[in-house]
Amino acid sequence: MTVNLAQLAPLAVIIPFLGAALSLLLLRRNALQRTVAIGSLVLTLAIEALVLVSTWDIGPQAVHLGGWAAPWGIVMVVDQLSSLMLVVSTVVSLAVLVYASGQGVADGDEEGPISIFHPSFLILVAGVSNAFLAGDLFNLYVGFEILLTASYVLMTMGGTVQRIRTGVTYVVVSVISSVLFLITIAMIYAATGTINMADLSVKLEGLPVGTQMQLHLMLLIAFGIKAAVFPLSFWLPDSYPTASAPVTAVFAGLLTKVGVYSIIRTETVLFPGDRLDDLLMWVALLTMVVGILGALAQIDIKRMLSFTLISHIGYMIFGVAVGTQESLSATVYYVAHHIVIQTSLFLVAGLIERRGGSTNVDRLAGMARISPLLALLYLVPALNLGGIPPFSGFLGKTGLLQAGVERGDGLAYALVAGSVAVSLLTLLALMRVWNRVFLRAPEDAEYPDPILLAPVPAGSRFLLSSGGVDDQAGQFAGKGDVRLMSPSMLGGASALVAVGVALTVFAGPLFQLADNAAENLVRPERYVEAVLDPASAPRPVVEEAP
Amino acid sequence: MTVNLTLLVVMGVLYAVGVYLLLERSLTRVLLGLMLLTNGTNLLILHAGGAAGFAPLYEESIAAQDYSDPLPQALILTAIVISLAVTAFLLGMIYRSWVLGRRDEIQDDVEDRRVARQSSYDVESDADVPADTSEFDDAPRPRDPDESVETPGVRGIRGEESR
Repeated sequence: MTVNLAQLAPLAVIIPFLGAALSLLLLRRNALQRTVAIGSLVLTLAIEALVLVSTWDIGPQAVHLGGWAAPWGIVMVVDQLSSLMLVVSTVVSLAVLVYASGQGVADGDEEGPISIFHPSFLILVAGVSNAFLAGDLFNLYVGFEILLTASYVLMTMGGTVQRIRTGVTYVVVSVISSVLFLITIAMIYAATGTINMADLSVKLEGLPVGTQMQLHLMLLIAFGIKAAVFPLSFWLPDSYPTASAPVTAVFAGLLTKVGVYSIIRTETVLFPGDRLDDLLMWVALLTMVVGILGALAQIDIKRMLSFTLISHIGYMIFGVAVGTQESLSATVYYVAHHIVIQTSLFLVAGLIERRGGSTNVDRLAGMARISPLLALLYLVPALNLGGIPPFSGFLGKTGLLQAGVERGDGLAYALVAGSVAVSLLTLLALMRVWNRVFLRAPEDAEYPDPILLAPVPAGSRFLLSSGGVDDQAGQFAGKGDVRLMSPSMLGGASALVAVGVALTVFAGPLFQLADNAAENLVRPERYVEAVLDPASAPRPVVEEAP
Repeated sequence: MTVNLTLLVVMGVLYAVGVYLLLERSLTRVLLGLMLLTNGTNLLILHAGGAAGFAPLYEESIAAQDYSDPLPQALILTAIVISLAVTAFLLGMIYRSWVLGRRDEIQDDVEDRRVARQSSYDVESDADVPADTSEFDDAPRPRDPDESVETPGVRGIRGEESR
């Protein structure tokens, strides 16, 4: 029997879970806990990279868990889309974990609630991986619940007034969307008698059109809340910015993208027709425009970034709605790009908060002179998100625009125009922050944080401690001597920015991969065949018995 | 497919009461609403399995269609466990909210309110304190009588309408 590397995919769920259990046991030994957490993510990443390479140019492959054949047993499906998502999400999680560990060490959070940070974080990663691999709807639901439950813990970590207030909104909205999803699963099961996605792809077509439409819409609403598309995105800018910087960063990168991934699967595997495409186009347009207008109104960097996050979900929905191979290929690339870029921007916002004492634009100024490295770390992903050539944001958007023009109806042209305008407005929002936070002199700020006005001691520009600034009035007052930016915080953020640049440098092979993924996405029969094909199914044990 | 009418009515009542409670502003009622909704959904999944039958343990004398469908029951078990965990967590959060602020209500997003008011900014009517959504916001500050007037972060962050 030849070893098929795709069969290793379940390890992407198992290893983070084991790591979480182990790091929970090491609750009182922080250095060891960090090592276990980072080590298990590195191992996961290595396995996922193997899986990605092995699926590079072949179709979807099913992993039959427990040796049960497809419609009855639980399957995990690995194709280019899911393995690319796995690799990107683990790279991002790893960078954020390094950053967060650095922050924990710098703050001396050796005791206290941070010791449950690592297990929760690993469980979040396991949930995300499970959702990307799920081959049936209920397993997708379980994946969502795993990552959501971990995210509740991470979001409210520390239990401060702000975080409890926003956490309640977040939890209630998430639970409602999960209940909606569960209701849809029940209805789909009642209508077809199966929840296996490949099986559904065949059986849903046989239903009356009205029933199909209802199930389709309910799924889109449930996933739309999670992906934060326009009318359902109200909860995101309220809840994300209050969590700590690394938590916000990983949420922004991964959680909404799991929703987008589910929408892609819904549109390509479950309901491959184009019945609701016009609706999705409208939703995409409104998500882009409303999101970016919200971003322009903000004076807090984290909130501004949360709104750009919503706005750029619109691009992905646009690509899904057009539904051609070209548009899906651009969407896959754009999702990967956006996970990396948005996370790195949030990490940099966290660094700005550490160094400048605030994320409020009115209180920040002169950061370019204080920390040129930080300025570079902000500028590169900001230009990238704004779609400036030659960065990956530009490449992804160009792909989407081409696909939109090829579709050629009025709505598609409206979306193309909207995409360009939103791209410019994104640049405006990001560059306004750049001008105010990095370029102007500290004295010009409306309410400069005292830490910015303090003279910077020579020779320690980057790895400064708040004691060195000798200031008692800033946000670090009363906290003792706090190290502002530790090497691993800067390292995590820089690594992610570098990955963002690498997305541009290696755009050729990546677009090739995205093309392969899209080629399989527009041919759902390949997915169905991989899961249900009796040749690929495990042979029943009974037959093997003598 | 046969449907148990009693279960159907119970499910409808659970959904109706659940949605009603969910629309309340008190967190405890929202939690109760969520619990009813999840239980209503469990009944819905049970419906999806069709009519009740024999326990799904293989016996040669029983025809295949006479068994209960075991899958929905497995799904319900999973859903119950998940909703149990989420309920416990939400209870913890509600208690924490009560300890911190003696509030059992959904709170407004202050920053959102600030942005909403931005265009009609008025120095006099708009003099309340904006919030800084910094993670260090709640850190205890040294109590200095001189500082109480001019604590940074509490001082007006709003800025004039120059932007």
